[in-house]
Formats: sequence, structure tokens, C-alpha cells
Amino acid sequence: MSNKPLFEVRILRHERINEQVRLLWLPKLSSFKAGQMVSISIAPDSSQRLYSICSGEKDSDIAILYDIKRDGFLTPKLDELLAGNSLWVSAPFGSFTDFVKGSWFLASGTGIAPFYSLFRTNPEFVGKLVHGGRDESSFYFMNELTETLGENYIRCSSRGIVKDTFHGRVTEWLQGAQLADAATKYYLCGSAEMVVDTRDVLISRGVDYDKIISEIYF
Amino acid sequence: METLFGKTLQELVVIVKEAGLPSFTSKQIADWLYKHHISEIDEMTNISKKGRDYLKSKFVIGLANPVNVQASIDGTKKYLFKSGDHRFIEAAYIPDDDRATLCVSSQVGCKMGCLFCMTGKQGFQGQLTVNEILNQIRSLPEFHQLTNVVYMGMGEPFDNLESVLKSTEILSSDWGYGWSPKRITVSTIGIIPAMREFLNKSSCHLAVSMHSPFEDERRKLMPIENVYHISDVLSLLKEYDWTGQRRVSFEYILFKGVNDTPKHINELARILNGFKCRVNLIRFHSIPNSPLEPSDEETIQFFKTRLNSKGVLTTIRASRGQDIYAACGLLSTKELVKRQEED
Repeated sequence: MSNKPLFEVRILRHERINEQVRLLWLPKLSSFKAGQMVSISIAPDSSQRLYSICSGEKDSDIAILYDIKRDGFLTPKLDELLAGNSLWVSAPFGSFTDFVKGSWFLASGTGIAPFYSLFRTNPEFVGKLVHGGRDESSFYFMNELTETLGENYIRCSSRGIVKDTFHGRVTEWLQGAQLADAATKYYLCGSAEMVVDTRDVLISRGVDYDKIISEIYF
Repeated sequence: METLFGKTLQELVVIVKEAGLPSFTSKQIADWLYKHHISEIDEMTNISKKGRDYLKSKFVIGLANPVNVQASIDGTKKYLFKSGDHRFIEAAYIPDDDRATLCVSSQVGCKMGCLFCMTGKQGFQGQLTVNEILNQIRSLPEFHQLTNVVYMGMGEPFDNLESVLKSTEILSSDWGYGWSPKRITVSTIGIIPAMREFLNKSSCHLAVSMHSPFEDERRKLMPIENVYHISDVLSLLKEYDWTGQRRVSFEYILFKGVNDTPKHINELARILNGFKCRVNLIRFHSIPNSPLEPSDEETIQFFKTRLNSKGVLTTIRASRGQDIYAACGLLSTKELVKRQEED
């Protein structure tokens, strides 16, 4: 929900990532910081929704990663749009941005978007990236992330056995993981349930709540 | 089957038109629902049998009694209502001298993930309908004693704005319960677009959960700060006139060593300087496995005194129902876990 001033743009590309997830490419209206979001609407006077930017700061266009919610207001309509169609987009905003080098980034589903944006911008900032998804098709940027981050890119698959992937949720992986030193920050992004559960695990394992920064999709 | 209770007059007009009933019937139905407090469509005795039969073929009234209640020694009662098969919401009845306040829920669970909140630990399970919001009020055994309603139970009201606005419209309209909007307070964590819409469309009081005047600290307590800054919330509020009867208050839970220092007092006084509002200090009701602790009584009193001396009207909310899972979301979480274990 948002009501930011919107600007009309034409969709550049619309990529199918898997059955449920799409990557929507739009012209970059202004610079932004990794972790920021934009507000999107299919018409200038229609309801707006917020999406984290998924592309890097230096990419020439911006990308939005979205999950099609069949009973949702916007995403089924977004899914029908083609390159060249109009969309209304706000300037980037939000302060989930001051990422500290070497931090841990934990996401589920499309919650990886702000961290992938950071990875595209400053991969050396990513101490560890833990991504939870249902199955292999949920690990959208697997090849690129594996190539650069190696063992510091951890995939957690909640359904089905996937090669080189932890079988279970992010919270289950965290329970057995050797955590970083006390100064390390943890950035979380995903559904409220994932963020709250992950934060609880981190706190129960001795991480100071002060070191945990969350972005929740609502 | 769809419920009639919770329909606005505008929605009843549509229903009556579709039924081919005289247009004045919509007002009659509203009277039966919200003034005569009926529980069966057949009690609408001034509506034709044909009209009642039509309504019965499409609708039920849709009232549901609470499934559980816990009573505190201080008179507070926490009622548990069902929403769907396995979901529960809480409504807290808080009598106090000549006032009786009901704290209602607007969602099952919550998406906002505040660090200090028990409801957030349930995750988000669904939106409450207008019927479910108002049913907490209407089906309360103490309904006729109520003087005030606060939307401060489970959920973020402005993440379910449409239903919340319809419910306050029904409570405060002449065709509805006819309450003064000054008896109703809606609380928010600060979702700015919805807050603006609420301020434009409603005359009810507003309460904003602040909990820290510092952005970096607030976002560790409340992830919403990453999206909507408290400074922008304040800027929006200052666009509106608060010199009349409508009130805005800031809720401030005091956490030991976190947000209860002189630095916080000074910053609160600075950002609220010249703004007609009230700060409501709240004692933290501890929740399981929380890293936060309640401030001690001496600190709370000092905080209040210093803020008042700096010109910020500050009160301390009395803690109620501490022997009955006072923290919002505790009772419903226990019930949810119990049902899941039974399944």
C-alpha cells in the first residue's frame, strides 16, 4: 500500500523465472541504493503496491521480482503485461539500505530481491547469503550467486531434495549453523512469518537484536 | 452464506435493490441490525415475508459468541473469538470506573513483525471482515456497558483499512450504532498512505505506535520504519488540525535500557514541540523469549514527569489483566498451538 507520486514508463522486458515468479524490467528513472523499493501501479489512479528493486545500482535498467498471487490485487494483472505496455512507478525510496560489509543476508522467496540488488552492486559486501525456497526453481539466481559467492551462498529447500542444497527451512539451517562473530549484522527479508521466526532463532542463539535488521513484505 | 451484520447502509441499498424490495427497506434492515440488535432475519417484523425469505435465501445475520474468556482479578476480560476453523482473535474488555473500553482486533496475526509483539509471532493468517471486527463488539456480553472502542488488538488496522473504515462508519453513523467518533480510537504503526486516507474519511481518534523517536533504533524494533519513517508520519499529522475534539496520541512502550533514557525524553520533546498531542507510556508486558525487558517503575515515572515538564502531555497507561496473558496475542497464540497439537 502506498501513494507515492507515480511516473509512466514502458515495460522493457518481462522474464519468466519459474511457474510463479517473474522479473519485470523497467527504465531507470533515477539512481537508487540497493535495498530500496518502488511503488507500482497498473494505472495512475489505481492502488499501489511496494516492490524491492532487484537489479544493481549500476545496471542501466531496474528490475522488480514478483510472485504471482492468484488472489492478489496487482500481480495477476502485472503478469498479463508485455514489453511496451505502460506501468506507473514511483521514485525509489526506503531505508533498508545501510548494509555493512561482511554481513549475513537471509531471505525467503522473492525476499532475495534487495540482497540480489546488493550482490549486483557490491558482491564483496555479502558475507553470507542464505536463501529459502520450496524447490530448485525457487533459487532464481543460483548460477551467478554460486559462481561468485561459492560456499557463502546457501540454499535451503523446504520441499524436495535438491543437489548441494540444505533440506529444510532457513530457520532449521540456522539452528545448526556456526554463526559469525558478535559484531556481524544480520539482514532479513521475506514474509512476516519468516522474518519473525528467523529473528527468534538468531536471538535464541545469542545474537543481539540490535544486530538484526528486517524488511517485511506486507 | 454471506452475513448481513457488518453491511454498510450503502451495501444494504444494493442488496435491497437486487431483492426488488422498496428502497426504504435498507434503512429498516440497518435499524434491525444496529439498533434493535436482532440475531435472526425473521425478527425483522416490518419487512414483508417475501422480503425476509429472500434475505434468508442469501444471508445470515452472522453473529458469533466468544469461544473462550479469561477474567482478571482487576475486572479485565479477554475474549477469544473464532475466525474460520482454526484461527482465533482476541478482544479485551477493560472496565474502569465510569468507562468500559473494548480493545478489538483487525487481523488474524499480523504482518508487521514488531520485535516486542506476541501477535507477530503467529505470522499473518488473514484479514478480518467487517462482520468479524464488529462481532467482537456486538457479541460481547458487556456490549451494552461499552463506552469506548480501541482498535489496538491483534493486527495492524491500516493494513486492513477498507474493513476498518466500514466498521467505524457503522459504529458512528446515525443509521448505525450512532456512537460519537470520539469514542473510537484506531491505532497504527504508521502506514502513511492508509493513515492519510483514514484521516480524510474518518473523525475517529488516532493513536500512533512510536516506541522510539530515533530512526535507526525504531527500525530495529519495528521493521516498518524502513518503509515509512516516523519523521514522515509526524509531518503528515502536522498537516491536520488537532485543536478540536479529535485527538492524536503516541503510544510508547518503555523498554529497559533501550528507549527509556534522558536522550529519548529530549528527542521526543524536540519532535513533538508545539504539536497538540499526548504521549501514552505503556509498561511492557513481557513475552516469551523476548530480548526486551520492561523499564522499572522509577524510570517510567521519571520519563513521564520530565516529558510533562517539557510541555509534552504524557500519561502512563494502567496495566490491566496481567494475570490473564495481558500481552496482546498471547491468549490466541496459546489457543492456536493447543488446536494444532490436538490436530
